[in-house]
Amino acid sequence: MTLPITVVVDGVAMPGVAGQTVAGVLMGAGRLSWRTTRNGRPRGVFCGIGVCHDCLVVVNGLADVRACQRRAIDGDEISTEEQA
Amino acid sequence: MSVETPEVLVVGAGPAGLAAADAARRAGAQVVLLDAAGDAGGQYWRHLPAERPAARERILHHGWGKFTALRGQDVLTDAQVWLAERHDDRPPTLHVLVGPADGRDRVRKTFAPKALVLATGAYERTLPFPGWDLPGVFTAGAAQALAKSERIAVGRRVLVAGAGPFLLPVASSLVRTGAGVVGVLEANGWPRLARGWSRRPAELLATRHKGGELAGYVRDLVRHRIPYRAATAVVAAHGTDRVEAVTVARLDPRWAPIAGTDEQIEVDAVCVSHGFVPRVELAVSAGCGLDAYGAVVTDDDGRTTVAGVFAAGEITGVGGADLALAEGVVAGLAAAGSAASAAQRRARSDNQAFAARLEAAHGIRPGWTGWLGDDTLVCRCEEVTAGDLRAGAAATESRGLRSLKLSTRAGLGVCQGRVCGRTVEELLHRHTGGLLDRGRTESRPLAAFVRLGELAATEQVAEEKEPL
Ligand SMILES: Cc1cc2nc3c(=O)[nH]c(=O)nc-3n(C[C@H](O)[C@H](O)[C@H](O)COP(=O)(O)OP(=O)(O)OC[C@H]3O[C@@H](n4cnc5c(N)ncnc54)[C@H](O)[C@@H]3O)c2cc1C
Ligand code: FES
Repeated sequence: MTLPITVVVDGVAMPGVAGQTVAGVLMGAGRLSWRTTRNGRPRGVFCGIGVCHDCLVVVNGLADVRACQRRAIDGDEISTEEQA
Repeated sequence: MSVETPEVLVVGAGPAGLAAADAARRAGAQVVLLDAAGDAGGQYWRHLPAERPAARERILHHGWGKFTALRGQDVLTDAQVWLAERHDDRPPTLHVLVGPADGRDRVRKTFAPKALVLATGAYERTLPFPGWDLPGVFTAGAAQALAKSERIAVGRRVLVAGAGPFLLPVASSLVRTGAGVVGVLEANGWPRLARGWSRRPAELLATRHKGGELAGYVRDLVRHRIPYRAATAVVAAHGTDRVEAVTVARLDPRWAPIAGTDEQIEVDAVCVSHGFVPRVELAVSAGCGLDAYGAVVTDDDGRTTVAGVFAAGEITGVGGADLALAEGVVAGLAAAGSAASAAQRRARSDNQAFAARLEAAHGIRPGWTGWLGDDTLVCRCEEVTAGDLRAGAAATESRGLRSLKLSTRAGLGVCQGRVCGRTVEELLHRHTGGLLDRGRTESRPLAAFVRLGELAATEQVAEEKEPL
């Protein structure tokens, strides 16, 4: 009894289920990292509870959203590149 | 903008906050209970969201029946307290944003409660080691959260390492979500563990439920043939874009790695936790006193040093969910102007003895810095290394934490030093021969990251609505 949803990650459709966090959708699809630091190091989930800010993504044009805290909504546009 | 004035406001709907709100309601108080998360339960009773009901949720949980009884209460979820505004003669006014995490159009609420119960819990302390910033290295709590709220296993060959009994439920959740666990490494040796756990066995009987819970996790280890090794730690993680292997080494009783004991293990994930740090920013803003461990000081009724402000759960010291529940009941009753029974007080003190045992058996020891290299990252946000900290301390000859943080940038990133703060303090304390202002790390004016634009926008909306 789960409701499938689709989010768009960097222009590519990615399936998930309602109630998952954005990090849950990304990791469910096998992604382990999605952000790069100033020094070019990859980052994904570290703390999983909203404390470390390693997992930041852009959601529907809004930057600095913690992927591990934000519930994914059907149709969300997720970008892993910082926007200027 | 309207200000709500509940008799009792409880912040945090984990075991402590749920128990406090329930007790205060039973004592007749009008209560508001709120939590930043999308669901009640806190860290302990994390579960699949309502959209994904699970018939067998209880297999991942202890005390699920207790939670079922407590979760029936009204909880304002997705409610992030971001500011506590202090007053001299009454509890602080709390400013709250309600809506999707880190959103931009959240609803702004303000509460000026007659009594406030802070039950904001704790987060993990993970000590840095070379490679700990590689994807695939998680805090143990992240593995736990992903297992419980997402049913995601973080890897196929997972190593769990660090210190404390918390490693056991993590290993257990991992195997129950389909991960392979290649081992559990505890930094402390058997002599210290035995001293901590076998002292005054009568105390353990009083917290029998806790003993039974731990025994269940140990059974999971045995059933899945997961080795448990004492006096051993992960001292480095290797890989380019993700973790592929780790080096583990034996530790002496001070947690210093013993030369010549290195061993490489192939893994695709490693989950590390060395203890917990109470989440005290709201308490600090409210003016509550802290103890030497950085936990909120309370009396036998859960009163803090500020009139009308109470605290319960891990924020007052780390001791597990049973203690959080017992403290919540006592603080909730006191906040409602009622008094706890002798049995309710005994439950609290028995579980506090259990917490003291945890610290004695598992607390962090100073030798761990032996596994740091100069190029090991300490501050993940600003990418400051152990070598940068040492050089910064030597170059400025300053002994002020504040000025050293400003010159090195350590702890000044977006997490506001929640991940590295205590480690930065510990390292600088050693390099400088003693900091003059220890403990400052816990002082953060804002309890959460907020967008100024969002505040400005909500203010405007509120003003526009005002004439109605
Ligand atoms: C990631 C993690 C996983 C854990 N898993 C387990 C486990 O499986 N088993 C175990 O025995 N122990 C676990 N623990 C230890 C755990 O802290 C305790 O067992 C228990 O959950 C403590 O209860 P509590 O009510 O004090 O705090 P918590 O359960 O942490 O609840 C605190 C609540 O306060 C909320 N909060 C904090 N700040 C704010 C704010 N500014 N505004 C609004 N809400 C706020 C949080 O969202 C949270 O829900 C875990 C700890 C962590 C950090
Ligand atoms: S993983 Fe730490 S904030 Fe999301």
